[in-house]
Amino acid sequence: MSSEKKKLRVLISKLGLDGHDRGAKIIAKALRDAGMEVIFGGLRKTPQDITRIAIEEDVDVIGISLLSGAHETLLPELCQLLKENDARDIAVVAGGIIPRDDVPILKRAGVKAVFGPGATSKEIIKYIKSIGTNE
Amino acid sequence: MNLAEKDQRGNSIFDLVDKMLNGSVRALGKLITLVEDECPGSLEALKKVYYNTKDAYVVGLTGAPGTGKSTLVDRIAVEIRRQGFKVGIIAIDPSSPFTGGAFLGDRVRMMNTSNDNDIYIRSMGTRGSLGGLSEATASTVKILDAFGKDFILIETAGTGQAEVDVIKETDTTVVVCVPGLGDEIQTMKAGVMEIGDIFVVNKADLRDADRLVGDIETMLNMGYGSKEWIPPIIKTIATDGSGVVALGEEIFNHRGYLIESGLLKSKKVKRIRQEIMEIAKNKIINKISNSSNEANQVSDELLNEIMLREKDPYTAAEEIVNNFSEIFQKSYV
Repeated sequence: MSSEKKKLRVLISKLGLDGHDRGAKIIAKALRDAGMEVIFGGLRKTPQDITRIAIEEDVDVIGISLLSGAHETLLPELCQLLKENDARDIAVVAGGIIPRDDVPILKRAGVKAVFGPGATSKEIIKYIKSIGTNE
Repeated sequence: MNLAEKDQRGNSIFDLVDKMLNGSVRALGKLITLVEDECPGSLEALKKVYYNTKDAYVVGLTGAPGTGKSTLVDRIAVEIRRQGFKVGIIAIDPSSPFTGGAFLGDRVRMMNTSNDNDIYIRSMGTRGSLGGLSEATASTVKILDAFGKDFILIETAGTGQAEVDVIKETDTTVVVCVPGLGDEIQTMKAGVMEIGDIFVVNKADLRDADRLVGDIETMLNMGYGSKEWIPPIIKTIATDGSGVVALGEEIFNHRGYLIESGLLKSKKVKRIRQEIMEIAKNKIINKISNSSNEANQVSDELLNEIMLREKDPYTAAEEIVNNFSEIFQKSYV
Protein backbone atom coordinates (compact mmCIF):
# COMPACT_ATOMS: atom_id res chain seq x y z
CA MET A 1 0.00 0.00 0.00
CA SER A 2 1.58 3.21 -1.11
CA SER A 3 -1.00 5.69 0.12
CA GLU A 4 0.09 8.40 2.52
CA LYS A 5 -3.22 8.22 4.26
CA LYS A 6 -2.87 4.55 5.15
CA LYS A 7 -3.91 4.28 8.74
CA LEU A 8 -3.13 1.29 10.91
CA ARG A 9 -6.30 -0.36 12.16
CA VAL A 10 -6.03 -2.57 15.21
CA LEU A 11 -8.68 -4.68 16.93
CA ILE A 12 -8.11 -4.83 20.67
CA SER A 13 -10.29 -7.34 22.44
CA LYS A 14 -10.60 -9.81 25.22
CA LEU A 15 -11.01 -13.44 24.27
CA GLY A 16 -12.72 -16.02 26.46
CA LEU A 17 -14.14 -15.81 29.89
CA ASP A 18 -12.16 -13.40 31.98
CA GLY A 19 -13.40 -9.97 32.81
CA HIS A 20 -10.17 -8.09 33.40
CA ASP A 21 -10.01 -5.47 30.69
CA ARG A 22 -7.81 -2.84 32.24
CA GLY A 23 -4.76 -4.06 30.30
CA ALA A 24 -6.69 -4.08 27.04
CA LYS A 25 -7.92 -0.54 27.70
CA ILE A 26 -4.43 0.75 28.49
CA ILE A 27 -3.06 -0.73 25.28
CA ALA A 28 -6.02 0.59 23.27
CA LYS A 29 -5.43 4.10 24.60
CA ALA A 30 -1.67 3.87 23.92
CA LEU A 31 -2.25 2.77 20.33
CA ARG A 32 -4.84 5.50 19.85
CA ASP A 33 -2.29 8.05 21.04
CA ALA A 34 0.23 6.56 18.61
CA GLY A 35 -2.12 7.58 15.78
CA MET A 36 -3.79 4.23 15.13
CA GLU A 37 -7.47 3.48 14.75
CA VAL A 38 -8.37 1.09 17.51
CA ILE A 39 -11.55 -0.94 17.26
CA PHE A 40 -12.45 -2.00 20.77
CA GLY A 41 -14.05 -5.40 20.86
CA GLY A 42 -14.87 -5.61 24.53
CA LEU A 43 -15.26 -8.55 26.85
CA ARG A 44 -16.00 -12.26 26.53
CA LYS A 45 -15.56 -12.67 22.82
CA THR A 46 -15.28 -16.05 21.10
CA PRO A 47 -12.73 -16.78 18.36
CA GLN A 48 -15.69 -16.61 15.93
CA ASP A 49 -16.64 -13.13 17.17
CA ILE A 50 -13.07 -11.89 16.81
CA THR A 51 -12.70 -13.33 13.30
CA ARG A 52 -15.89 -11.67 12.19
CA ILE A 53 -15.02 -8.26 13.64
CA ALA A 54 -11.48 -8.38 12.23
CA ILE A 55 -12.75 -9.14 8.73
CA GLU A 56 -15.60 -6.59 8.78
CA GLU A 57 -13.30 -3.90 10.09
CA ASP A 58 -10.39 -4.99 7.87
CA VAL A 59 -7.84 -4.56 10.64
CA ASP A 60 -4.11 -5.01 10.13
CA VAL A 61 -3.52 -6.44 13.58
CA ILE A 62 -5.57 -8.22 16.25
CA GLY A 63 -4.37 -7.63 19.80
CA ILE A 64 -5.81 -10.19 22.20
CA SER A 65 -5.71 -9.81 25.95
CA LEU A 66 -6.18 -13.05 27.81
CA LEU A 67 -5.66 -13.81 31.46
CA SER A 68 -7.82 -16.86 31.93
CA GLY A 69 -5.29 -19.54 31.05
CA ALA A 70 -7.28 -20.68 28.04
CA HIS A 71 -4.79 -19.27 25.55
CA GLU A 72 -3.65 -22.69 24.33
CA THR A 73 -7.17 -23.50 23.19
CA LEU A 74 -8.55 -20.16 22.07
CA LEU A 75 -5.61 -18.54 20.27
CA PRO A 76 -4.88 -21.48 17.92
CA GLU A 77 -8.60 -21.65 17.19
CA LEU A 78 -8.61 -17.95 16.27
CA CYS A 79 -5.60 -18.37 13.98
CA GLN A 80 -7.23 -21.36 12.30
CA LEU A 81 -10.47 -19.45 11.73
CA LEU A 82 -8.60 -16.53 10.19
CA LYS A 83 -6.88 -18.94 7.80
CA GLU A 84 -10.17 -20.54 6.84
CA ASN A 85 -11.71 -17.14 6.16
CA ASP A 86 -9.08 -15.82 3.78
CA ALA A 87 -7.60 -13.59 6.49
CA ARG A 88 -4.27 -15.17 7.37
CA ASP A 89 -2.61 -11.84 6.57
CA ILE A 90 -4.14 -10.29 9.69
CA ALA A 91 -1.47 -10.55 12.40
CA VAL A 92 -2.47 -11.92 15.80
CA VAL A 93 -0.61 -10.53 18.81
CA ALA A 94 -1.34 -11.68 22.35
CA GLY A 95 -0.84 -10.20 25.78
CA GLY A 96 -1.70 -11.09 29.35
CA ILE A 97 -0.70 -13.92 31.64
CA ILE A 98 0.86 -16.44 29.30
CA PRO A 99 3.61 -18.75 30.66
CA ARG A 100 6.90 -18.49 28.76
CA ASP A 101 6.87 -22.21 27.96
CA ASP A 102 3.62 -21.82 26.06
CA VAL A 103 4.91 -19.11 23.74
CA PRO A 104 6.52 -21.46 21.17
CA ILE A 105 3.31 -23.48 20.99
CA LEU A 106 1.29 -20.34 20.28
CA LYS A 107 3.79 -19.13 17.70
CA ARG A 108 3.63 -22.44 15.91
CA ALA A 109 -0.14 -22.03 15.82
CA GLY A 110 0.26 -18.68 14.08
CA VAL A 111 0.44 -16.06 16.85
CA LYS A 112 2.97 -13.45 15.69
CA ALA A 113 4.09 -12.14 19.09
CA VAL A 114 3.34 -12.49 22.78
CA PHE A 115 3.73 -9.60 25.20
CA GLY A 116 3.66 -10.60 28.85
CA PRO A 117 3.70 -8.55 32.04
CA GLY A 118 6.50 -5.99 31.96
CA ALA A 119 6.20 -5.27 28.24
CA THR A 120 6.06 -1.52 27.66
CA SER A 121 3.50 0.29 25.51
CA LYS A 122 6.43 1.66 23.52
CA GLU A 123 7.64 -1.82 22.61
CA ILE A 124 4.17 -2.87 21.56
CA ILE A 125 3.58 0.25 19.46
CA LYS A 126 6.93 -0.23 17.75
CA TYR A 127 6.16 -3.86 17.00
CA ILE A 128 2.67 -3.14 15.63
CA LYS A 129 3.99 -0.33 13.44
CA SER A 130 6.63 -2.71 12.07
CA ILE A 131 3.93 -5.23 11.14
CA GLY A 132 1.90 -2.48 9.48
CA THR A 133 4.73 -1.29 7.25
CA ASN A 134 5.76 -4.82 6.24
CA GLU A 135 2.42 -5.39 4.65
CA MET B 1 -2.16 0.37 -4.58
CA ASN B 2 -2.81 1.70 -8.06
CA LEU B 3 -4.77 -0.04 -10.77
CA ALA B 4 -1.92 -2.13 -12.07
CA GLU B 5 -0.37 -2.71 -8.69
CA LYS B 6 -1.37 -5.92 -6.98
CA ASP B 7 -1.31 -6.85 -3.33
CA GLN B 8 0.59 -9.84 -1.92
CA ARG B 9 -1.86 -12.32 -3.34
CA GLY B 10 -2.24 -10.70 -6.72
CA ASN B 11 -5.48 -8.84 -6.06
CA SER B 12 -5.99 -5.61 -7.95
CA ILE B 13 -8.58 -3.13 -6.76
CA PHE B 14 -10.88 -4.27 -9.57
CA ASP B 15 -10.59 -7.90 -8.44
CA LEU B 16 -11.68 -6.67 -5.02
CA VAL B 17 -14.74 -4.97 -6.51
CA ASP B 18 -15.67 -8.17 -8.34
CA LYS B 19 -15.21 -10.30 -5.23
CA MET B 20 -17.23 -7.82 -3.19
CA LEU B 21 -20.05 -7.91 -5.75
CA ASN B 22 -19.94 -11.69 -5.52
CA GLY B 23 -20.57 -11.50 -1.80
CA SER B 24 -17.10 -11.66 -0.19
CA VAL B 25 -17.16 -9.84 3.15
CA ARG B 26 -13.36 -9.91 3.18
CA ALA B 27 -13.26 -8.01 -0.11
CA LEU B 28 -15.97 -5.63 1.12
CA GLY B 29 -13.88 -4.77 4.20
CA LYS B 30 -10.72 -4.26 2.15
CA LEU B 31 -12.46 -2.10 -0.43
CA ILE B 32 -13.83 0.23 2.25
CA THR B 33 -10.31 0.56 3.66
CA LEU B 34 -8.89 1.50 0.27
CA VAL B 35 -11.57 4.13 -0.21
CA GLU B 36 -11.09 5.45 3.31
CA ASP B 37 -7.34 5.70 2.80
CA GLU B 38 -7.98 7.39 -0.57
CA CYS B 39 -5.67 4.94 -2.29
CA PRO B 40 -4.97 5.60 -5.95
CA GLY B 41 -7.53 3.68 -7.94
CA SER B 42 -10.27 3.99 -5.35
CA LEU B 43 -12.16 6.50 -7.48
CA GLU B 44 -12.00 4.10 -10.43
CA ALA B 45 -13.33 1.35 -8.18
CA LEU B 46 -16.17 3.58 -6.99
CA LYS B 47 -17.17 4.28 -10.57
CA LYS B 48 -17.73 0.58 -11.04
CA VAL B 49 -19.45 0.27 -7.67
CA TYR B 50 -21.95 2.99 -8.54
CA TYR B 51 -23.45 1.03 -11.45
CA ASN B 52 -24.23 -1.78 -9.01
CA THR B 53 -26.06 0.31 -6.42
CA LYS B 54 -29.80 -0.06 -6.01
CA ASP B 55 -30.87 2.91 -3.85
CA ALA B 56 -30.53 1.34 -0.42
CA TYR B 57 -32.52 3.23 2.21
CA VAL B 58 -30.28 5.25 4.50
CA VAL B 59 -31.17 6.01 8.12
CA GLY B 60 -28.98 8.30 10.23
CA LEU B 61 -28.84 8.46 14.01
CA THR B 62 -27.35 11.47 15.66
CA GLY B 63 -27.18 12.93 19.15
CA ALA B 64 -24.85 13.84 21.98
CA PRO B 65 -22.16 11.40 23.22
CA GLY B 66 -23.53 8.77 25.57
CA THR B 67 -27.19 9.20 24.61
CA GLY B 68 -27.38 5.55 23.52
CA LYS B 69 -27.01 5.79 19.75
CA SER B 70 -25.00 2.58 19.36
CA THR B 71 -27.34 0.54 21.53
CA LEU B 72 -30.31 1.91 19.58
CA VAL B 73 -28.67 1.16 16.23
CA ASP B 74 -28.19 -2.41 17.39
CA ARG B 75 -31.88 -2.67 18.30
CA ILE B 76 -33.12 -0.94 15.15
CA ALA B 77 -31.00 -3.24 13.00
CA VAL B 78 -32.78 -6.22 14.55
CA GLU B 79 -36.18 -4.59 13.87
CA ILE B 80 -35.28 -4.00 10.21
CA ARG B 81 -33.96 -7.55 9.88
CA ARG B 82 -37.31 -8.84 11.15
CA GLN B 83 -38.85 -7.36 7.99
CA GLY B 84 -36.40 -9.39 5.95
CA PHE B 85 -34.10 -6.57 4.85
CA LYS B 86 -30.32 -6.81 4.89
CA VAL B 87 -28.57 -4.18 6.97
CA GLY B 88 -25.24 -2.35 6.81
CA ILE B 89 -24.08 -0.22 9.74
CA ILE B 90 -21.53 2.59 9.62
CA ALA B 91 -20.56 3.63 13.14
CA ILE B 92 -18.52 6.80 13.38
CA ASP B 93 -16.43 7.95 16.31
CA PRO B 94 -14.08 10.94 16.55
CA SER B 95 -10.46 10.89 15.39
CA SER B 96 -7.91 12.73 17.49
CA PRO B 97 -7.12 16.23 16.21
CA PHE B 98 -3.60 15.75 17.60
CA THR B 99 -2.50 12.25 16.59
CA GLY B 100 -5.13 11.17 14.06
CA GLY B 101 -5.70 8.09 16.19
CA ALA B 102 -9.15 6.97 17.25
CA PHE B 103 -10.85 4.74 19.78
CA LEU B 104 -13.75 3.16 17.95
CA GLY B 105 -16.02 1.78 20.64
CA ASP B 106 -19.48 1.60 19.06
CA ARG B 107 -19.33 -2.11 18.28
CA VAL B 108 -19.13 -3.00 21.94
CA ARG B 109 -22.81 -2.03 22.23
CA MET B 110 -23.91 -3.98 19.20
CA MET B 111 -24.40 -7.36 20.77
CA ASN B 112 -27.74 -8.37 19.23
CA THR B 113 -26.51 -8.08 15.69
CA SER B 114 -23.20 -9.90 16.02
CA ASN B 115 -24.45 -13.35 15.03
CA ASP B 116 -26.45 -12.31 12.00
CA ASN B 117 -24.58 -12.72 8.72
CA ASP B 118 -26.90 -10.30 6.96
CA ILE B 119 -25.71 -7.44 9.12
CA TYR B 120 -22.36 -5.84 8.39
CA ILE B 121 -20.85 -3.35 10.83
CA ARG B 122 -18.02 -0.98 10.02
CA SER B 123 -16.44 1.46 12.49
CA MET B 124 -14.88 4.66 11.20
CA GLY B 125 -12.93 7.60 12.60
CA THR B 126 -14.02 11.09 11.54
CA ARG B 127 -10.46 11.69 10.20
CA GLY B 128 -10.70 15.47 10.36
CA SER B 129 -14.33 15.94 9.28
CA LEU B 130 -16.24 18.21 11.63
CA GLY B 131 -19.87 17.52 10.76
CA GLY B 132 -20.25 14.22 12.62
CA LEU B 133 -19.45 12.01 9.63
CA SER B 134 -16.22 11.01 7.93
CA GLU B 135 -15.34 11.90 4.37
CA ALA B 136 -15.60 8.30 3.26
CA THR B 137 -19.17 7.89 4.57
CA ALA B 138 -20.92 8.62 1.27
CA SER B 139 -18.66 6.23 -0.63
CA THR B 140 -19.06 3.54 2.00
CA VAL B 141 -22.86 3.83 1.73
CA LYS B 142 -22.53 3.14 -2.00
CA ILE B 143 -20.25 0.14 -1.45
CA LEU B 144 -22.65 -1.37 1.10
CA ASP B 145 -25.54 -0.69 -1.27
CA ALA B 146 -23.75 -2.43 -4.14
CA PHE B 147 -22.94 -5.32 -1.80
CA GLY B 148 -26.67 -5.87 -1.44
CA LYS B 149 -27.68 -4.12 1.76
CA ASP B 150 -31.25 -2.82 1.67
CA PHE B 151 -30.94 -0.57 4.70
CA ILE B 152 -27.88 1.34 5.80
CA LEU B 153 -27.72 2.80 9.29
CA ILE B 154 -25.28 5.60 9.92
CA GLU B 155 -24.42 6.42 13.50
CA THR B 156 -22.69 9.78 13.72
CA ALA B 157 -19.93 10.64 16.14
CA GLY B 158 -21.46 12.22 19.23
CA THR B 159 -22.76 15.63 18.19
CA GLY B 160 -23.44 18.90 19.94
CA GLN B 161 -25.68 21.51 18.39
CA ALA B 162 -24.26 22.25 14.98
CA GLU B 163 -23.00 19.03 13.39
CA VAL B 164 -25.70 18.34 10.83
CA ASP B 165 -23.82 16.70 7.94
CA VAL B 166 -25.79 13.53 8.53
CA ILE B 167 -28.83 14.97 6.70
CA LYS B 168 -26.78 15.18 3.51
CA GLU B 169 -26.43 11.41 3.41
CA THR B 170 -29.64 10.07 4.91
CA ASP B 171 -33.25 9.57 3.92
CA THR B 172 -34.50 9.42 7.52
CA THR B 173 -32.72 11.26 10.30
CA VAL B 174 -33.29 10.18 13.88
CA VAL B 175 -32.22 12.63 16.59
CA VAL B 176 -31.53 10.92 19.90
CA CYS B 177 -32.02 12.99 23.06
CA VAL B 178 -31.80 12.12 26.75
CA PRO B 179 -33.31 13.85 29.78
CA GLY B 180 -31.20 16.05 31.98
CA LEU B 181 -29.20 18.04 29.44
CA GLY B 182 -31.04 21.33 29.67
CA ASP B 183 -34.37 23.10 29.63
CA GLU B 184 -36.82 23.93 26.83
CA ILE B 185 -34.56 26.71 25.56
CA GLN B 186 -32.17 24.03 24.29
CA THR B 187 -34.89 22.51 22.13
CA MET B 188 -35.52 25.92 20.51
CA LYS B 189 -32.02 26.21 19.10
CA ALA B 190 -31.24 25.84 15.42
CA GLY B 191 -29.06 23.02 14.18
CA VAL B 192 -29.39 19.46 15.37
CA MET B 193 -32.88 20.04 16.85
CA GLU B 194 -34.14 21.02 13.39
CA ILE B 195 -33.00 17.98 11.46
CA GLY B 196 -34.96 15.17 13.10
CA ASP B 197 -37.55 13.32 11.04
CA ILE B 198 -38.02 11.30 14.21
CA PHE B 199 -37.07 12.31 17.74
CA VAL B 200 -36.11 9.70 20.32
CA VAL B 201 -36.10 10.37 24.02
CA ASN B 202 -33.84 7.55 25.16
CA LYS B 203 -33.21 6.54 28.77
CA ALA B 204 -36.91 7.23 29.24
CA ASP B 205 -36.77 5.66 32.69
CA LEU B 206 -34.81 8.65 33.92
CA ARG B 207 -36.49 11.53 35.70
CA ASP B 208 -37.73 14.35 33.47
CA ALA B 209 -38.14 12.16 30.39
CA ASP B 210 -41.76 13.31 30.02
CA ARG B 211 -40.75 16.92 30.42
CA LEU B 212 -38.26 16.54 27.58
CA VAL B 213 -40.96 14.96 25.41
CA GLY B 214 -43.18 17.96 26.22
CA ASP B 215 -40.40 20.42 25.38
CA ILE B 216 -39.78 18.82 22.00
CA GLU B 217 -43.53 18.69 21.37
CA THR B 218 -43.87 22.38 22.14
CA MET B 219 -40.99 23.18 19.84
CA LEU B 220 -42.56 21.17 17.01
CA ASN B 221 -45.95 22.80 17.60
CA MET B 222 -44.42 26.19 16.95
CA GLY B 223 -43.89 25.09 13.38
CA TYR B 224 -41.71 22.67 11.53
CA GLY B 225 -40.29 22.48 8.01
CA SER B 226 -43.02 20.26 6.65
CA LYS B 227 -46.76 20.28 7.25
CA GLU B 228 -47.33 16.73 6.02
CA TRP B 229 -44.79 15.07 8.24
CA ILE B 230 -44.78 16.05 11.90
CA PRO B 231 -41.83 14.27 13.50
CA PRO B 232 -42.99 11.71 16.06
CA ILE B 233 -41.34 11.61 19.46
CA ILE B 234 -40.60 8.09 20.69
CA LYS B 235 -39.63 7.19 24.22
CA THR B 236 -37.13 4.33 24.39
CA ILE B 237 -34.99 2.47 26.87
CA ALA B 238 -32.40 1.09 24.49
CA THR B 239 -30.76 -1.22 27.02
CA ASP B 240 -33.93 -3.27 27.55
CA GLY B 241 -35.49 -2.63 24.15
CA SER B 242 -38.54 -0.68 25.34
CA GLY B 243 -40.01 1.50 22.60
CA VAL B 244 -37.78 0.09 19.90
CA VAL B 245 -40.62 -1.60 18.02
CA ALA B 246 -42.44 1.74 17.83
CA LEU B 247 -39.26 3.41 16.65
CA GLY B 248 -38.82 0.80 13.93
CA GLU B 249 -42.42 1.39 12.82
CA GLU B 250 -41.90 5.14 12.61
CA ILE B 251 -38.79 4.64 10.45
CA PHE B 252 -40.88 2.59 8.03
CA ASN B 253 -43.71 5.17 8.23
CA HIS B 254 -41.34 7.96 7.32
CA ARG B 255 -39.94 5.92 4.47
CA GLY B 256 -43.48 5.31 3.21
CA TYR B 257 -44.23 9.03 3.44
CA LEU B 258 -41.10 9.94 1.46
CA ILE B 259 -41.87 7.40 -1.24
CA GLU B 260 -45.55 8.40 -1.59
CA SER B 261 -44.89 12.11 -1.63
CA GLY B 262 -42.10 11.79 -4.16
CA LEU B 263 -39.73 13.44 -1.71
CA LEU B 264 -37.42 10.44 -1.63
CA LYS B 265 -36.54 10.93 -5.25
CA SER B 266 -35.97 14.66 -4.90
CA LYS B 267 -33.78 14.01 -1.84
CA LYS B 268 -31.65 11.61 -3.84
CA VAL B 269 -31.37 14.02 -6.75
CA LYS B 270 -30.29 16.78 -4.41
CA ARG B 271 -27.76 14.46 -2.80
CA ILE B 272 -26.23 13.53 -6.13
CA ARG B 273 -25.96 17.19 -7.12
CA GLN B 274 -24.14 17.99 -3.86
CA GLU B 275 -21.92 15.01 -4.26
CA ILE B 276 -20.79 15.82 -7.78
CA MET B 277 -19.81 19.33 -6.68
CA GLU B 278 -18.04 17.94 -3.63
CA ILE B 279 -16.01 15.47 -5.68
CA ALA B 280 -15.16 18.14 -8.26
CA LYS B 281 -14.13 20.54 -5.50
CA ASN B 282 -11.87 17.95 -3.91
CA LYS B 283 -10.30 17.14 -7.27
CA ILE B 284 -9.50 20.79 -7.88
CA ILE B 285 -8.08 21.25 -4.39
CA ASN B 286 -5.93 18.14 -4.84
CA LYS B 287 -4.73 19.40 -8.20
CA ILE B 288 -3.72 22.72 -6.69
CA SER B 289 -1.98 21.23 -3.69
CA ASN B 290 -0.23 18.52 -5.72
CA SER B 291 0.79 20.96 -8.44
CA SER B 292 4.53 21.18 -8.98
CA ASN B 293 4.18 24.74 -10.30
CA GLU B 294 5.88 27.10 -7.87
CA ALA B 295 3.27 29.80 -8.33
CA ASN B 296 0.73 27.47 -6.71
CA GLN B 297 2.74 26.92 -3.57
CA VAL B 298 2.36 28.85 -0.37
CA SER B 299 6.04 29.59 0.10
CA ASP B 300 7.75 30.71 3.31
CA GLU B 301 8.60 33.89 1.49
CA LEU B 302 4.97 34.57 0.70
CA LEU B 303 3.97 33.84 4.29
CA ASN B 304 6.60 36.25 5.50
CA GLU B 305 5.31 38.99 3.21
CA ILE B 306 1.84 38.49 4.60
CA MET B 307 3.08 38.54 8.19
CA LEU B 308 4.87 41.83 7.44
CA ARG B 309 1.67 43.27 5.89
CA GLU B 310 3.39 43.63 2.51
CA LYS B 311 0.68 41.47 1.06
CA ASP B 312 -2.70 40.20 2.26
CA PRO B 313 -3.94 36.59 2.34
CA TYR B 314 -6.88 37.41 0.05
CA THR B 315 -4.65 38.57 -2.79
CA ALA B 316 -2.37 35.58 -2.27
CA ALA B 317 -5.30 33.18 -2.60
CA GLU B 318 -6.57 35.01 -5.71
CA GLU B 319 -3.16 34.71 -7.32
CA ILE B 320 -3.10 30.95 -6.73
CA VAL B 321 -6.57 30.55 -8.20
CA ASN B 322 -5.87 32.79 -11.22
CA ASN B 323 -2.61 31.09 -11.94
CA PHE B 324 -4.23 27.72 -11.59
CA SER B 325 -7.06 28.61 -13.96
CA GLU B 326 -4.48 29.43 -16.62
CA ILE B 327 -2.72 26.10 -16.22
CA PHE B 328 -6.06 24.36 -16.08
CA GLN B 329 -7.16 25.87 -19.38
CA LYS B 330 -3.88 25.05 -21.09
CA SER B 331 -3.91 21.45 -20.02
CA TYR B 332 -7.56 20.67 -20.65
CA VAL B 333 -8.52 22.60 -23.76
